[in-house]
Amino acid sequence: MTPSRKVAAITAALFVACLTASILVLERVDQVRRGATLQEFLYISSPKAAKRLSLGYTGLMADLYWTRAVQYFGGHHARGDQEYQLLGPLLEITTHLDPQLLVAYEYGSNFLAPARPTGAGEPERAVNLVKFGIQSNPKEWRLYYDLGFIYYMELKDYSAAAEAFRQGSTLPNAHPFMPVIAATMATHAGDIEMARMMWRTTYESGNVERSVKANAVAHLRALQVDEDVINLEKATAAFKAQTGQYPSSLLDLRAKGMANGLYPADPLGHPYKFMPDGRIEVSRPDDLPFITKGTPQGYQPPPPKFLPTD
Amino acid sequence: MNARIANIAANTFREAVRDRVLYNLIVFALLMSGAAILVGQISIGIEKLVVINLGLTAVSLFGVVIAIFIGIGLVSKEIDKRTLYTVLSRPVRRWEFIVGKFFGLTGTLIVNTLCMGIGVFAALFYVSHKFAAADAWVLSALYFIVLQFLIITSLALFFSSFSSPLLSAVFAFSLFVIGSFSEDVRGFAAMTHGVERWLATAAAYVVPNISALNVISKVAHGGAIPGDLVLLNTGYALLYSAMVLFAAIWVFEYRNLK
Repeated sequence: MTPSRKVAAITAALFVACLTASILVLERVDQVRRGATLQEFLYISSPKAAKRLSLGYTGLMADLYWTRAVQYFGGHHARGDQEYQLLGPLLEITTHLDPQLLVAYEYGSNFLAPARPTGAGEPERAVNLVKFGIQSNPKEWRLYYDLGFIYYMELKDYSAAAEAFRQGSTLPNAHPFMPVIAATMATHAGDIEMARMMWRTTYESGNVERSVKANAVAHLRALQVDEDVINLEKATAAFKAQTGQYPSSLLDLRAKGMANGLYPADPLGHPYKFMPDGRIEVSRPDDLPFITKGTPQGYQPPPPKFLPTD
Repeated sequence: MNARIANIAANTFREAVRDRVLYNLIVFALLMSGAAILVGQISIGIEKLVVINLGLTAVSLFGVVIAIFIGIGLVSKEIDKRTLYTVLSRPVRRWEFIVGKFFGLTGTLIVNTLCMGIGVFAALFYVSHKFAAADAWVLSALYFIVLQFLIITSLALFFSSFSSPLLSAVFAFSLFVIGSFSEDVRGFAAMTHGVERWLATAAAYVVPNISALNVISKVAHGGAIPGDLVLLNTGYALLYSAMVLFAAIWVFEYRNLK
């Protein structure tokens, strides 16, 4: 080997060794400085300043901020964190940079609005985000739907929800369910049937991602379970009133002619359990996120999955 | 275009290619393929938007950097290497030299933009698996970017005709940045009164209006570009770059090259 080749080979080997060592050291630094990573800091917190600094390339900047918002929410969600301090500012900067970025309003409000740990627990901020979206995109019926959804599901403000759905239903190309939801809201606010209608609309809306559909399916399953458990517990109470004891299975109810319209299993096919104290429990609560009834006593749900899939 | 201008333009193009200017296409190709493959995995619902936004922003910024860094050396390099004296000792007028240089660099940038434009459409096809009618507006954005290059090239050439390369780069880049804020500059002018208003308004019209030529975000959402905007932007870019080119010719004509 010539001297110059020798030098080249040694420097190449040293380069690779130094690079590997620096990566390993950096990993250790990250472990020591846990919680002080870059994503916990927002260099530019003002949407207007971010817009000015983009030199007119606002579209790309908005895409970068949106990706950062998704990563921020996804990372915190996966770790089961309760704090989402930067989520609101990230979404606000994103939408100010590109007010037409509909996906940021639709998903962003779904990140912000739900109570912790499913979301950031900031429904008012989500409402403001979607209202800014409507102001910038007044012909997008989905934004009115999202606004009504937050009012209905998170804030329980049924009159505001009805008004949002009504306004959205007047737009061309609005989903056919919009006027139905607006009309039904007045009489059935708070009903399971109303919630089911809304999740079904979410599922059937065009141009939504698989993850959104999967989320809607999970909520529809949870509503079905809640309804089944209510009906089964009513039946077991009636059974006890008649016989003096709780039924041990659906067969007991059938024998007394009390099983009409009752489902023996949850939407995933697992049979409901009849407990000695008359309660109804699901067999696998972990497989049914969002259920509010039928969980074992003292049950602690696992951290919700980010963007659940089928 | 007369033959002398065409020859200078062709040589400028050849020199740029020899300087490995078109190597930026490799970086661009890597950027586009990386974005097309990765964004779907790390973000939600913006695959197509990123390809258009990133692609067109890269076309614009790469072009601006090339226009500035090649443009500032178009005259000073010829003086340093003393090749300018050889050129001007032949029957070539000074204005022909400036105009030829302008067309040569503009041609380089157009070829570069064409290659990058093909890359943008290829990446778009990769993420969408088909083209939509609205994708045609990307061509309008590319055209506006080329108009932007005309202005930046003329500015770089203007500064190059009397200043050092370093200062020329600073001046040209500053005007690009100020031009990106030109609508704000005009807004500030409207808020002032008296002499300040006149001065601010004059400054707002003297700096190039780069922001009107940036429609990237709009076309990324499939927004249509009105025909009259295309015509007016074309007129503005041609008039502005011609104006700066005339200024460059005027300065160069009177420059003492001894």
